Amino acid sequence: MDNLRVLVVDDEPGIRFGVTRVLQSFRVRVPESDGDVGFSIAQAESGEEALTILAEGQVDILLLDHKLPGISGLEVLEKVASQDQDMLTVMITAYATIETAVTATKRGAYDFLAKPFTPEELKATTAKTARHLLLRREAKRLAEEKRQVRFQFISVLAHELKAPLAAVEGYLQLLRDRVVEPGSAKSDEVLGRSLLRIEGMRKLIGDILDLTRIESGQKKRELADVDVREIAARAVETAQPAARARQITIEVQGPERLPMRADPGEVEIIFNNLVSNAVKYNREGGRVEVGLSESDQAVVIRVADTGIGMSPEEVAQLFGEFVRIKNTKTRNVMGSGLGLSILKKLAALYDGTVQVQSTPDVGTTFTVTLKQT
Amino acid sequence: MTTPPTILVVDDNPDFLEQMQLQLEAAGFQTVAAESAQQARGLLPTTDFALAICDLMMEHSDSGFTLAHAIKRKDPAIPVIMVTAVASEAGVTIDASSKGEQAWAGADVILDKPVRFEQLKREISRLLKITL
Repeated sequence: MDNLRVLVVDDEPGIRFGVTRVLQSFRVRVPESDGDVGFSIAQAESGEEALTILAEGQVDILLLDHKLPGISGLEVLEKVASQDQDMLTVMITAYATIETAVTATKRGAYDFLAKPFTPEELKATTAKTARHLLLRREAKRLAEEKRQVRFQFISVLAHELKAPLAAVEGYLQLLRDRVVEPGSAKSDEVLGRSLLRIEGMRKLIGDILDLTRIESGQKKRELADVDVREIAARAVETAQPAARARQITIEVQGPERLPMRADPGEVEIIFNNLVSNAVKYNREGGRVEVGLSESDQAVVIRVADTGIGMSPEEVAQLFGEFVRIKNTKTRNVMGSGLGLSILKKLAALYDGTVQVQSTPDVGTTFTVTLKQT
Repeated sequence: MTTPPTILVVDDNPDFLEQMQLQLEAAGFQTVAAESAQQARGLLPTTDFALAICDLMMEHSDSGFTLAHAIKRKDPAIPVIMVTAVASEAGVTIDASSKGEQAWAGADVILDKPVRFEQLKREISRLLKITL
């Protein structure tokens, strides 16, 4: 159970003890947090003492009397606000004038309690304040998490773009410095490798654009009646040249027509990702099976390959954000590490899931389930 | 004319490996290439080479170190040049001029990626005591 620390500042002992007695056994249900929240109470009889306690450690909720013998409640409030503490303040006022209320709010008070208050009023105000504080913290934590993911995303991208750039730069320098004779067979090879790296960068940039468009919601979704089978066939057609070059056969199985209400562009990206991956990570002479079916108001897409496969650890890794499995088997395969992120984001738009089953050196099967709307 | 010395080049980046080989061959060396520390270790018993150039981070972040130690065990006289992108990527600096760090790394020279080939050639000619 979470415990919030309350500091009650009042020169009247009756108020301090009353608040302590009521809040000690008080519990607040916070839906976003696991279970109840309780309170531990500290007391101060002057503003000076309050500031000493505040300086010492974490206080979550400050119940602050407006009228104190030494420095006033408003002065305490002002000092606290300047320290930017992760805390909410409730002002206790004997005569709630609008003027004090406005000043206190300006200085950062969250709420008011007018003296004399009943235990119920104290509980209600405390509960409201606690919920607000915990929600604010949760929002902050989520924002921070999002920032971290962004940061990770950018550094992965920077790295993935830097590597092919360095490769192309190196090859061009070899040609410029005549280390490789222009027009020789070696120079053809060097140019071929350079073009391959540039193609990889182009693919990566395309993936980034897809991903940011999906994420930002900028891309307007246009739902239409689509035939999933037809889109699958188109994706297979696109992957054919790469497949033929390595004697890989691609087969589509399932009903002749599979109607679905979906954005055709999104479904196309899903298929292109699945099929091109199944070809890329396949072995020479391997097979790709694209299976389409319908079950329980959902379209199920299964793409199985006979490729290099992944270990359970690698599968687990794969489901993190923006990763590329790096091992000796994938070294010559071009990939952005964004494919699965894109797949997951798109599947989520259809209330769907992405599942992976894999055995090293046997193959991998991706199963994407998209709900029919 | 004596046969040109053979250099073992180990890097898990195929482009870097290819470029290094082209450069070294143009400078008159023979090269043996390995795409991983594991592959290089397999080559050690049967391959004679005068010098090794290894990447630091391959299968593991310290693959280059362990490989350098294996090479020194085979023949302590074989110089090892370690190339690393650690400095530019992680902001970590390995001070190649400090004897202690070199001994720890098992390398005679540590060069930052991207490697300037002129500098690499200078180090090779110094370590092999030859003029290029």
